[in-house]
Amino acid sequence: MTITTTTNPEEHFLKISHIDMAFPTPSGSFTALKDVDIQIKKGEFISLIGHSGCGKSTVLNIVAGIYQATNGGVLLKNKEVNEPGPERAVVFQNHSLLPWLTSYQNVELAVDQVFSKTMSKAEKKEWIEHNLKLVHMDHAMHKRPDEISGGMKQRVGIARALAMQPEVLLMDEPFGALDALTRAHMQDSLMEIQKELNNTVIMITHDVDEAVLLSDRIVMMTNGPEATIGEILDVNLPHPRNRLALAEDPEYNRLRSAVLKFLYEKQRKVEVIPTTKTNKEDEQKATSVA
Amino acid sequence: MSLTTATINRLTVNEKMIKILKDVFSKVTNTLILPIIGIAIFVALWSITAKSIHTSLGEFPGPNVVVKQFSVLYDEHIAERQKAVAFYVRQDIRNAKKLEKNPDYVVKIRAYTGKETFVDQIFTSLITVTSGFLVAAFIAIPLGIWMGLSAKLNSALNPIVQIFKPVSPLAWLPLVTMIVSALYVSDDPLVSKSFITSLITVSLCSLWPMVINTSIGVSSINSDLLNVSKVLRLPTLTHIRKIVLPASIPMIFTGMRLSFSVAWMVLIAAEMLAQNPGLGKFVWDEFQNGSSDSLARIMAAVLVIGFIGFLLDRIMLMLQQKVSWDKSSASV
Repeated sequence: MTITTTTNPEEHFLKISHIDMAFPTPSGSFTALKDVDIQIKKGEFISLIGHSGCGKSTVLNIVAGIYQATNGGVLLKNKEVNEPGPERAVVFQNHSLLPWLTSYQNVELAVDQVFSKTMSKAEKKEWIEHNLKLVHMDHAMHKRPDEISGGMKQRVGIARALAMQPEVLLMDEPFGALDALTRAHMQDSLMEIQKELNNTVIMITHDVDEAVLLSDRIVMMTNGPEATIGEILDVNLPHPRNRLALAEDPEYNRLRSAVLKFLYEKQRKVEVIPTTKTNKEDEQKATSVA
Repeated sequence: MSLTTATINRLTVNEKMIKILKDVFSKVTNTLILPIIGIAIFVALWSITAKSIHTSLGEFPGPNVVVKQFSVLYDEHIAERQKAVAFYVRQDIRNAKKLEKNPDYVVKIRAYTGKETFVDQIFTSLITVTSGFLVAAFIAIPLGIWMGLSAKLNSALNPIVQIFKPVSPLAWLPLVTMIVSALYVSDDPLVSKSFITSLITVSLCSLWPMVINTSIGVSSINSDLLNVSKVLRLPTLTHIRKIVLPASIPMIFTGMRLSFSVAWMVLIAAEMLAQNPGLGKFVWDEFQNGSSDSLARIMAAVLVIGFIGFLLDRIMLMLQQKVSWDKSSASV
């Protein structure tokens, strides 16, 4: 792997460079990812889409630093990523709020850690409240996770991630567990926040509409094992986007059907190569947990 | 039309009333009436069977004899206290007289050395069990947290824990006694050797449930929460304080409750053999005494031991409910 010196740092803000990922299993090593390579610009919103088990979460966890790639690596601003850190904040699928802390305290834990030296007590308080306000959770700041709804918990999770002022925001199916109406609401909120902060985001999703609505680029992944990038689709719809207006938009519908075609025609979930079928199936089962 | 709805409403109101009454009734039955019936049947069986058991110390005591012994034990306690007060009054008078005769006389105050009453022995036992338990907790909880955090340490220590866990206090006691008499040598001991021996035996036996439960609690923390901690790069101490401890509090308390009941059981045996002046010694002394009241007094002690054990568990439960963020985990 060679590191090329770039003239424009904006172009190569985050480089996911030829990563392979192999997991050890009882029946030998299982290659989940093979040669995944994406260059992400600053302020870009990327969606990773693919069937379940294709290794989307693995990619995200490698960028987060929770997993280490077997080959290749991740460069953020030309620095190699090898451990988790607050500059790559993660919004977890199941919110992962600490259940014994209130919304405010959950965000506070992050702020206290990230800005321990740079902010005064009053500044921290203001910053925590600002982030909770951003996700419209200022009315329930002092409630604990078990006292608020699923959508609200996810909002607090996003506020916690935003409060770290990350270079990259990583979202692992952030709205996957929510009902359709709440999800639409959350997507609108996210667009609103994105308009204001213009974060660099990698989001995993199962939802085709969500991907087209929110992203600048959609990265479509092939099925595992040895999953890799199938196609990358540029979404050049103008911002701000409105879901109602887009429903009639021919470009939106073209993009949408392109993703659908990829998922349900080119990468239809079928078992591969009959001769090694049983073996591969076993491996897939073994790693579906990971 | 309006008439029918009115009847329907009235019906539902009546039904609601009946339902509420039923609920209250079943609650009262479950919490009060059924336990009373259970106890009544037990007492009846006890008094019937007691009459047919004849020991060398006479008939086995029935409930009425034991109840009588309770008041005897209490009277003895009061009498002993009065003796103590009288002793100090006499001593004061004697000292005052001596001072009158000889102003240079240095006043000596001697402590009263009467025998411990049943009530005193209850308190001694409570102090011993609490000290032993606290010593065990101070070792077991940090050790359990460390084992939960480090899989390597867990693999290294797990066999030792598993081997020592089922060891009876009676097996430890001779060893502990010899070690204490060898190492705890002092002309003016702050606490008696028998107290130290009982305390260490209690600690040794109540250590393990806490170690095991704490380490399981810590090692089974949701990996998402651990990832949050990793992303934030929390320093180890903050990680333990903010994530590990609150997350494993329910399991730590389960271990503490198990340990406390083990400690209380072990204590009675330890006191019997170490002759620490507590309930165990009371039972042993009465057994050696062999008077016609002995069995009734031992039976009274058995009931008190059981009741205190129950109270201690309730206190731990209340503590757990106070400390834990997850109120549902603190159940009976």
